[in-house]
Amino acid sequence: MKQLLILSGKGGTGKTTIASAFIRLADAKAFADCDVEAPNLHLLNHDGQKESKPYLGMKKAQIKEDLCIDCGACQRNCRFGAIDFKAKYHIDPYACEGCAVCTLVCPTNAIEMINSIDGETTIFRGNRLFSTAELNMGSGNSGKLVTEVKKNLKDNLTNEELIIIDGSPGIGCPVIASLSGVDMVLIVTEPTLSGISDMERILRTAKIFKVKTAICVNKYDTNIDLTQKIETYALAEKIAFTGVIPYDKKVVELINSRRSVVEEDFSVSRAIKKVFISVTELLSI
Amino acid sequence: MQIAVLSGKGGTGKTLVSVNLARLAKDSIYVDCDVEEPNGLLYFKIPNIEEEIVYTKYPVIDHDKCIGCRKCTNFCQFNAMAFILGKVRVFKELCHSCGGCKIVCPAKAIEEKEKEIGKIKHGYHDSTEVFSGEMVLGEESGVPIIKALLNKVENSNKTIFIDSPPGNGCSVMESIRDADYCILAAEPSIFGLYNLNMVYQLTKNFQKKVGLVINKSTDDNLIREFAAENEVKILGEIPMDLELAKINSEGNFVSQISRLGTIFEDILAQALSEVSL
Repeated sequence: MKQLLILSGKGGTGKTTIASAFIRLADAKAFADCDVEAPNLHLLNHDGQKESKPYLGMKKAQIKEDLCIDCGACQRNCRFGAIDFKAKYHIDPYACEGCAVCTLVCPTNAIEMINSIDGETTIFRGNRLFSTAELNMGSGNSGKLVTEVKKNLKDNLTNEELIIIDGSPGIGCPVIASLSGVDMVLIVTEPTLSGISDMERILRTAKIFKVKTAICVNKYDTNIDLTQKIETYALAEKIAFTGVIPYDKKVVELINSRRSVVEEDFSVSRAIKKVFISVTELLSI
Repeated sequence: MQIAVLSGKGGTGKTLVSVNLARLAKDSIYVDCDVEEPNGLLYFKIPNIEEEIVYTKYPVIDHDKCIGCRKCTNFCQFNAMAFILGKVRVFKELCHSCGGCKIVCPAKAIEEKEKEIGKIKHGYHDSTEVFSGEMVLGEESGVPIIKALLNKVENSNKTIFIDSPPGNGCSVMESIRDADYCILAAEPSIFGLYNLNMVYQLTKNFQKKVGLVINKSTDDNLIREFAAENEVKILGEIPMDLELAKINSEGNFVSQISRLGTIFEDILAQALSEVSL
């Protein structure tokens, strides 16, 4: 069994488009969407029986007003600025990180830690297994929710050959959580200075966590010079370069009709197939 | 006055919109809060930029004083401490710097040290003042850097443009906390629409005034329908334009090109009049 994670650093470079194409090309029986702050893979893949569960993240502090003596110790000791005073002391659940320091310093035990629903996990079960989740707005804990998405997938697996995981943009906690245990990360970049800068940061982050990487360039023909720069960079850094995919406005049209781009034969689907073959070779499938 | 540009989905044009509006607004401030993947400085090229390091605290155990009571490891809500082979060990990368372990320790065996989690870069590009945050690779959370960035501008009278991170989580919320107005950058795809709705609910929850910019706009599109249904003002539409994409891809301001500049001037004028309503 091999796990392929698709990341990009910069958002909007085509992670989900490529993940959904790979799922179809591989006829994958198990896949996950770890972009819990902005999930999209379920818009194209939602077959099977849907099971959703609320996700409990960190507990949050809450003041029992009848016991509070307005001493302000909680506010003085909170390092997250989560406690304000407007006639009464009040904890902002969006700023509270659940550290429980306020419960330690409160002289009257007026603060309790209560469960907080930070999102929802979903599994689609049928011929294929799909694990996804959605973080509640403004919540922390996206990394823990990503770990939950991967656990839900793992707990229900039989013996699939290839697991495809769609990741999130950035390099922070959800990305780091998604990196654990994968066999390879495919970085989908685009020929823009932003795309290149963000690609370099995610590549260096993956290196810290000792995960093997490969690169492909999406919309390569929007700036040929920068595409060449990326290819030269990959060569110099000894990172596998798996190919380039052209820009075509038909991609959005297909996505908007909820179809995977590889359902039609055109320049983009042919290019993605080539990238897919390179990736499977690198994974030795 | 703070105007935050956010999107939910990545790559819909947050940086494109915010750098061009900040440049056109003159005497404004641009703050790049996408500290995981900051790109604003690729546009605002500033030689000899000032840098300031952002630190957070983490606990260090004095093993001579530690009595092995495990109060700290039991208290830590983030599993950043564990009692292993007779010693308390600290996992710095999991620590949220709450200071709780130091409070519960009965033996005064815990001191706090500072570690670098990122930096703030600051300088001027013509009349635009620029702040950009950058998180250290391998760190989990950019929130303390975003807080430090926004502390720098909280008392300013200038118009502040905040380039937010993608997503819908804690760092996005932190970046719009004091925003007077939110510009939602969206693209007309089912992905763009789904994530736009998520981030729109976030801004509604915080009672923010919002307007929409449709990027890579097409003739008949999903985002216009969304705007009509939710009665959200469309500040402007940026067409899918290969010349624009090329100029922008090389870190140049598309608003310098007169044909495209008027689009951004209109968006700026619309946004400023909406804020003052």
